[in-house]
Amino acid sequence: MILAIDIALLVLLAIVGLAVIRVRNLFAVAMLSGLYSFLMASLFVLMDAVDVAFTEAAVGAGISTVLLLSVLSLTKSREKIPVTTPLLPLVIVVVTGALLIYGTSDLPAFGDPNAPIHTHVAPDYIEEGPKETGAPNVVTAVLASYRGYDTLGEVTVIFTAGLGVLLLLSGRRRRRDEDGDSPGGAA
Amino acid sequence: MRHHRILRVITKLTVPGILLFGLYVQFHGDYGPGGGFQAGVIFGAGFILYGLVFGLEDLRKVAPPPITTTLIAVGVLLFAGVGIMSQLLGANYLDYDVLAADPHAGQHLGIILVELGVGITVAAVMMTIFMTFAGRER
Repeated sequence: MILAIDIALLVLLAIVGLAVIRVRNLFAVAMLSGLYSFLMASLFVLMDAVDVAFTEAAVGAGISTVLLLSVLSLTKSREKIPVTTPLLPLVIVVVTGALLIYGTSDLPAFGDPNAPIHTHVAPDYIEEGPKETGAPNVVTAVLASYRGYDTLGEVTVIFTAGLGVLLLLSGRRRRRDEDGDSPGGAA
Repeated sequence: MRHHRILRVITKLTVPGILLFGLYVQFHGDYGPGGGFQAGVIFGAGFILYGLVFGLEDLRKVAPPPITTTLIAVGVLLFAGVGIMSQLLGANYLDYDVLAADPHAGQHLGIILVELGVGITVAAVMMTIFMTFAGRER
């Protein structure tokens, strides 16, 4: 049953991926990439990674689509048809993809209990996590407590991204405020 | 989009639900899937939906840019501050055991504060990115 759902989702994923390449209407592409993220989120749920699925649905399907749409309101909504056939990028993508697929043959099977990732600290987190932190959701215990440094680093990355967008884009707004045609200029 | 009555009414109906769900994901992260990151994105999305339908000026009234830009730093400082607090109480950086009388309560408090910091920064960054992009002229 799960295999059938897996195959159905992967087929839909491939169709959506191809559609993103073919469709020239960028509004449709933005919606399709949101759909792609939702399909990925469904796949993550099938792999029992609900926290990752949640993030993918909220970030990939939700906020990214909205940001893409808000960017589209500033640009044209139709993609220009390329003059030349991009042959070299196609070769690079095919070779990289083939190498990545070749690389997966060395990975342990999905869910293999003897995989290195399941024999290092993960058993400790699962056994000791609820006792040491009292948090029933072991993902939260790992992210917020055991790996607090990592999460602090991630928040700093988001902080830096927000700062970068502000520094790059807000200069133009300030110039308009000086002209006095924005009521929020004094704030 | 402020002339579309159906969009306006539906947005007014759904935004409170989205914000409430964001708060649920924020403070229920210990028990179920979710946490500060997802909650921040959902909370920010509620505001962005409001801004999309009612316009940027209305969004700037409910989420003034000086406040949202300040909140970007507040979240990171809250996270880092919890770490310094545990250091002042004699433990390692970000070791929440000492934040309350017994280690479990300390961990609980530490995780909630840290996740709140993540949520505040993520929500503020999402709103800021949207407002800066949408504020640019064509």
